Amino acid sequence: MKILTGNDLKTGRVVWWDGAGWSAHVEDAADVGDAADAILALEDAACRVNGGYAIEAEPDPAGRGVRPAHIKDRVRAYGPTVRPDLTLKPADPEAGTWVI
Amino acid sequence: MYRYDQYDHAMVQARVEEFRDQTRRRLEGKLTDDQFKPLRLKNGLYLQLHAYMLRVAIPYGTLNTVQMRKLADIARRYDRGYGHFTTRQNIQYNWIKLEEAPDLLAELAEVEMHAIQTSGESIRNVSADQYAGAAADEIMDPRPWAEMIRQMTTFMPEFSYLPRKFKIAVIASAADRAALRWHDFAVRIVRNAAGEDGFEVYAGGGMGRTPFIAYRIREFLPTGQLLSYMQAVLRVWNRNARRDNIHKQRMKILVHELGEDEFRRQVEDEFASFVAMDEDFPQAEYDRIAAYFAPPPFETGLSTDINRVDPDFALWVDRQVVAHKAPGYAIVNISLKPVGGIPGDISADQMDLVADLAERFSFAEIRATHAQNLVLPHVRMADLHAVWTALDAAGLGDANLDLVTDIIACPGLDYCSLANARSIPLAQKLSERFADPARQADIGELKLKISGCINACGHHHAGNIGILGVDRKGSESYQLLLGGSGDEETSQAKIAGPGFDEDGIVDAIERTIEHYRTVRAPKERFIDTYRRVGMDGFKEAIYG
Amino acid sequence: MADALRFRDHPAADEPAVSLDAFLNQPEAASVRIEAGDDVRRLAPVLARTRLIEVDFPKFRDGRGFSSARILREMGYAGEIKATGDVLVDLVWFMRRCGFDSFAPDAPFDAADVEAALARYPYVYQPAADPPGSSWAVPIWKLRHG
Repeated sequence: MKILTGNDLKTGRVVWWDGAGWSAHVEDAADVGDAADAILALEDAACRVNGGYAIEAEPDPAGRGVRPAHIKDRVRAYGPTVRPDLTLKPADPEAGTWVI
Repeated sequence: MYRYDQYDHAMVQARVEEFRDQTRRRLEGKLTDDQFKPLRLKNGLYLQLHAYMLRVAIPYGTLNTVQMRKLADIARRYDRGYGHFTTRQNIQYNWIKLEEAPDLLAELAEVEMHAIQTSGESIRNVSADQYAGAAADEIMDPRPWAEMIRQMTTFMPEFSYLPRKFKIAVIASAADRAALRWHDFAVRIVRNAAGEDGFEVYAGGGMGRTPFIAYRIREFLPTGQLLSYMQAVLRVWNRNARRDNIHKQRMKILVHELGEDEFRRQVEDEFASFVAMDEDFPQAEYDRIAAYFAPPPFETGLSTDINRVDPDFALWVDRQVVAHKAPGYAIVNISLKPVGGIPGDISADQMDLVADLAERFSFAEIRATHAQNLVLPHVRMADLHAVWTALDAAGLGDANLDLVTDIIACPGLDYCSLANARSIPLAQKLSERFADPARQADIGELKLKISGCINACGHHHAGNIGILGVDRKGSESYQLLLGGSGDEETSQAKIAGPGFDEDGIVDAIERTIEHYRTVRAPKERFIDTYRRVGMDGFKEAIYG
Repeated sequence: MADALRFRDHPAADEPAVSLDAFLNQPEAASVRIEAGDDVRRLAPVLARTRLIEVDFPKFRDGRGFSSARILREMGYAGEIKATGDVLVDLVWFMRRCGFDSFAPDAPFDAADVEAALARYPYVYQPAADPPGSSWAVPIWKLRHG
């Protein structure tokens, strides 16, 4: 699937296009198909995303959401692997197992 | 240390307001990211993997108690409770919000700090010997010159858009604790036979994708001509560097392409015309700055006894404490490399502790080193035990200076958008593998440096053992390099052979170290053994 | 909006600027265009007949034009130096300090941005090629020591 990601302009936090807006959670990422460029152009111009780009991803086989193809985007989705306390799901010890 | 006068304050505040305005225009959509990016980089604000990262300047690695407390306060209120000391003596925050950055910079300005020119194609923070003003072997404190250079190179209009970044270092001793020859431009303060102060000038060094060691382009430059000479070097580079390929625009590339002699000739030509314009800073300005670096009021008649009854304290003294030029005093190195920890990271609470210790025991002064550690430069020997007790309780008491667990590591793929591999987990595994203090002491001095990508922010080219993280078909792989150094005998590390995965390289390094232990002469450091016996034996030991 | 910004009293040169090579071979020409990679010192023998020098910035990140302008002022050129191309309004101040006295950016400047940029910095740390007699052009060290 093709999903969109970028950073929030004001806060810099990682965001994922969920079909209608930008979510902090990669599980919400929507398959945009061919519409990537059009969506990004609109969202960038409206300052709703900064530095947005399209990536390949696949639904996680274990049903934990969406798994970006490249490790860099998985790190973006999860957080720094060396500081689980600073990630989006600090209480979940399994949250980062799919990153590497 | 230097204190701002009304002019310095006015300049930093103007910059803060300029950035506030630029940020407003960006958030209103009046500036595209392409237009805003170079402007925010001129103020140290990167967009990294998880958020904006801000790099705050710590000029030549010197900061005081008030500033360290502010850095802790910033970490708590603007970030997530910690900061990271870098390989250029700066500090970075990883979780900054753009909308808050102008206020953050305004608060830094209140304590005479800034993020000016800490990133982008700028003249960056001037680095210096972390023991400046305390070391017995310096001919003078190099920091007045570092401060002079800082002011000379702030907002230089002709160099508003250099081809790439430009890194400067200053020392004043024969021993090189600032890795001069890995910089674009570096000076060693010397005194000639006539007793005049001058600079030995080096140019054209740098790491990154294509490492080069600087040439000495001037044996003696009278100190009063420094601005003319620096402008000559910058102008030759600014005019002649390529502008079409970002990977070939550092000055080291130009110096290498022209050759040492031709580069020197062009610089001397430009230098002559700058000298003729007679615009160098006067001695009076140097004297004004130097007055701020007068030694603190050291006491005399102090005891030099150290009670070594506690073996842990004794170990720490032997490893972390260095002789001071003033009798009865010592230089204290604070390790930010606890075994299993994140190299260079420090919590807000720890920053406050260091600030307090500095205030009580070190004339309120602290240093950041390019090895991502800290220094309390002026501690009475009688106070060492109290300092150690407090550091130890705060997790800052590791006794591993320049040992194998004193690892330099860039933030890597956990934080950095440029990275190909994670560096921190590798550093953690390595430090855990070699944690045993007796084993570390037996191995002795071993500078291990890890970069998560070819940009070499972890300085792996200068590692006695260097590690480079690469992307190998989508997974993290690590190259092993041997024989680098940043001291007076600067050398570039060489690749040992094929790469490894994370566990593989930890084992490979263990085999490397075992080979060293097998062939070393008594008391011979790793780097000296390597230089004596060469790569072949190591390669055999690593790859079999 | 300011399509062009000019700090000179005299009327602007009205002839199109020619390339450096052409200019050197055309004794009647008075306006020359300097590309980012050109060596402005080649103008030394013909500066007296030069009224306008356009210095181009192909990309704002290409800072060679700053050196070109400053070198021209060091050579004693007192005519107009115009910045053209990808010129960022935020850099106008630094360009003024290098000797630029007119601007023809690809994308027009916002007048308020120009005003803010020019008034931003109250002092300067080091000398450059500031317009003669400008109030700001005394470096801070000189203000400190008189």
